[in-house]
Amino acid sequence: MSQIPSLLYADVEDDLRRAVRVMLADRAPIEEILDRSDQEDAYGKGARQIWSGLVEELGVAALAVPAELGGAGASWREVAVVLEELGRGVVDVPFFTSAVLATSLAHEAGAIDLLGELATGEAVGAVVASFAAPLVPPEGLTWDGRVVSGTVRTVAGVAEATHLLVPVADALLVVAAEQADALAVPSLDMTRRVADVTFEGVEAAVVAEGPEVVVALARSADLAAALLASEQLGLAERVLELTVDYLKQRRQFGRVLGSYQALKHRLADLWTSVTQARAVARYAAACASATDGPDASDLSVAASLAQAVCGEVALRAAEECLQLHGGIGFTWEHPAHLYVKRARTDALALGTPSWHRRRLADLAGLPHPA
Amino acid sequence: MTDVAVDLARRIEGVLTAHPPETTDRLEFLRARFAAGLAWVHYPEGLGGLGLDARYQPDVDAVFAAAGAPDNRPHGNVIGLGMAAPTVLRYATPEQQQRWIPPLWTGEEIWCQLFSEPGAGSDLAAAGASARRDGDAWVVNGQKVWTSLAHDARWALLLVRTGPTLPKHQGLSYFVLDLTTPGVDVRSLRQLTGEAEFNEVFLDDVRVPDENRLGEIGEGWKVTQATLMNERVAIGGGAGTRESGPIGDVVRLWRESPQARRPENFDALLRLWTDAEALRLTGARLGQQLEVGAPGPEGSGLKLAFAELAQAAASLQLDLLGSEALRYDDWSLRRPDFSSPPDRVAGYWYLRNRANSIEGGTSEIMRNIISERVLGLPSEPRVDTDIPWKDLPK
Ligand SMILES: Cc1cc2nc3c(=O)[nH]c(=O)nc-3n(C[C@H](O)[C@H](O)[C@H](O)COP(=O)(O)OP(=O)(O)OC[C@H]3O[C@@H](n4cnc5c(N)ncnc54)[C@H](O)[C@@H]3O)c2cc1C
Repeated sequence: MSQIPSLLYADVEDDLRRAVRVMLADRAPIEEILDRSDQEDAYGKGARQIWSGLVEELGVAALAVPAELGGAGASWREVAVVLEELGRGVVDVPFFTSAVLATSLAHEAGAIDLLGELATGEAVGAVVASFAAPLVPPEGLTWDGRVVSGTVRTVAGVAEATHLLVPVADALLVVAAEQADALAVPSLDMTRRVADVTFEGVEAAVVAEGPEVVVALARSADLAAALLASEQLGLAERVLELTVDYLKQRRQFGRVLGSYQALKHRLADLWTSVTQARAVARYAAACASATDGPDASDLSVAASLAQAVCGEVALRAAEECLQLHGGIGFTWEHPAHLYVKRARTDALALGTPSWHRRRLADLAGLPHPA
Repeated sequence: MTDVAVDLARRIEGVLTAHPPETTDRLEFLRARFAAGLAWVHYPEGLGGLGLDARYQPDVDAVFAAAGAPDNRPHGNVIGLGMAAPTVLRYATPEQQQRWIPPLWTGEEIWCQLFSEPGAGSDLAAAGASARRDGDAWVVNGQKVWTSLAHDARWALLLVRTGPTLPKHQGLSYFVLDLTTPGVDVRSLRQLTGEAEFNEVFLDDVRVPDENRLGEIGEGWKVTQATLMNERVAIGGGAGTRESGPIGDVVRLWRESPQARRPENFDALLRLWTDAEALRLTGARLGQQLEVGAPGPEGSGLKLAFAELAQAAASLQLDLLGSEALRYDDWSLRRPDFSSPPDRVAGYWYLRNRANSIEGGTSEIMRNIISERVLGLPSEPRVDTDIPWKDLPK
């Protein structure tokens, strides 16, 4: 029998989803996220309050961290559920950059102290590498064994971070965020902004060195790609709902627009794609959570599959949402653009869908053309 | 192993010992397997099952196959196994179930589906073949078309109009028809592949006993819906292993034949690979939902997506084959051979798979169903639902 792990939501996952959804409905209304999306302060009071609620009241940052290391000892599957909910609301908190990217890297590289602080929310982490590239040590940094120098462009989650994890060649360093010079740049995704990070001869602590850093980065890259799919899934589901609801009430030509077959069929196709995205994202989360066995060893395939599929589905869903809202969808005051910007950025983050398809060719043993 | 698995292994062993496949007649073996409840373990006891969860079935099949046991040639009786059996299980009397289900499963009796008519395909509820009551039987007249396997079949699921003065959905009834009844005329209908897998069926004063009616008089549409639901799940088709199904041939060709690796087709191949894997996981997820008794509406989406994948895969195969793709193997009019999966050229599959988006409800109809029943969008304005069927423009 083909052994496929459970792709359903366990009861604890449903409970967690409910708790997160209730909190976000109350504290993260889309209008407020929209309001602050173009404010200068990249991490203002509103976002901070949501983050502390999520971390202190619901303990979301601790989910994937083992209990013996100060975490909740749940798994990446639960993290995935939180990501779905945050994706639904394009919530501007550093959950993905800190609780997924930095946490997975700290875990894989054995940065035990930092991991514990990330779990409790004392620390907020960011990984210093361009968000638009698969996770590899960035060029442009030098490390002489004592100080790190250089600039890395378009790093996500820096404004929120207290600690920066810096991969340089085969070393992984940790630097206090205030030691770095972070230049916020206007970002395509206004609800997860990027910054250019410069180190001017900053002293750094070594977390790990040698081949194990390469292994840790690779696994962390897979975990992050696998989990980003759940954010994309949540986003896709939400924009599909928004679009269906809108077309049920908007009238033109004396008819509800949702009764036009040309539009119904597009939404039916989109719904079909979203059901596939859900299966793929759940599989990726299951593989991320497995510590051994066939699911664990399939993580790279699951992660690239997840990005190839969910990246495109979320983007198409957001673009359809914009298109089918017509002119109002093109206005600043309507939130459709927040979703388009997030979906477009997510499809660049950690490798584009095309990049992941190429990677799948190698993983699945499909030779490149001569 | 769980208790259930241990018990199943013991039962399988029992059948294999009492009826060694090498020395046992094929049908005798299949009947013994059925009697032991190992035909389809999720069916009730006495009807080839043990009332277990369906997820145990693949293992049972695999153990029998590994022991060299004959199978029931499922390709030749897809409608019987996938659609007739669940409908009979739900709507027929226990005596009828005992009569129909065992030979259905062993393949001794093939089933077909007499639904579509020349004037009623997507709009199946407009079917006009008439049934007139005559004592304890009905007299049926009309024409059905595109009926797969009718030439092999002993039984048919038959949708007819018993109430022509009622609105179309209300005047239908559903019967099981014995195709050996006088007045049934099955004529082969050649299809674009050259072969004739389907038929036209003419019904001329065909008597069907009232006891063969499934569901109440006028409830034929409801029973039909139940059958079609099963059809769509069957066509959307469960989760095999990675790279099984329509994608299998293309990836094999790509791996084995360097000249097939055309750079311009590489991304298309990889897209298909991801589509196939996404679909496989979606099928698996649907299966898991069914196991916990919470079926989702994903089935209609699966059928739609499966058709697109199968068509795209077969078409890409032709591109990769280049000049070889210009050849065809055999246009002669013949009946398909279902004893094993047919060994045909890529062009055949390209053509055959075009039907995936037509048979069992077209892809357009699937999209209507999803948008209305799942997403709750309104139907197009309709002119045909409230007036008597006999007054509809035809
Ligand atoms: C290989 C094969 C095997 C088959 N086997 C069987 C069988 O065993 N038993 C059986 O009963 N039937 C069988 N069929 C028939 C099949 O179910 C019908 O062909 C199908 O339902 C479509 O009906 P139609 O051919 O009348 O097309 P039509 O309904 O005339 O449709 C023509 C086109 O219009 C589109 N269309 C129709 N209505 C709408 C709408 N409301 N909105 C948007 N688009 C619409 C259709 O999608 C299609 O593209 C088989 C068909 C094939 C090809």
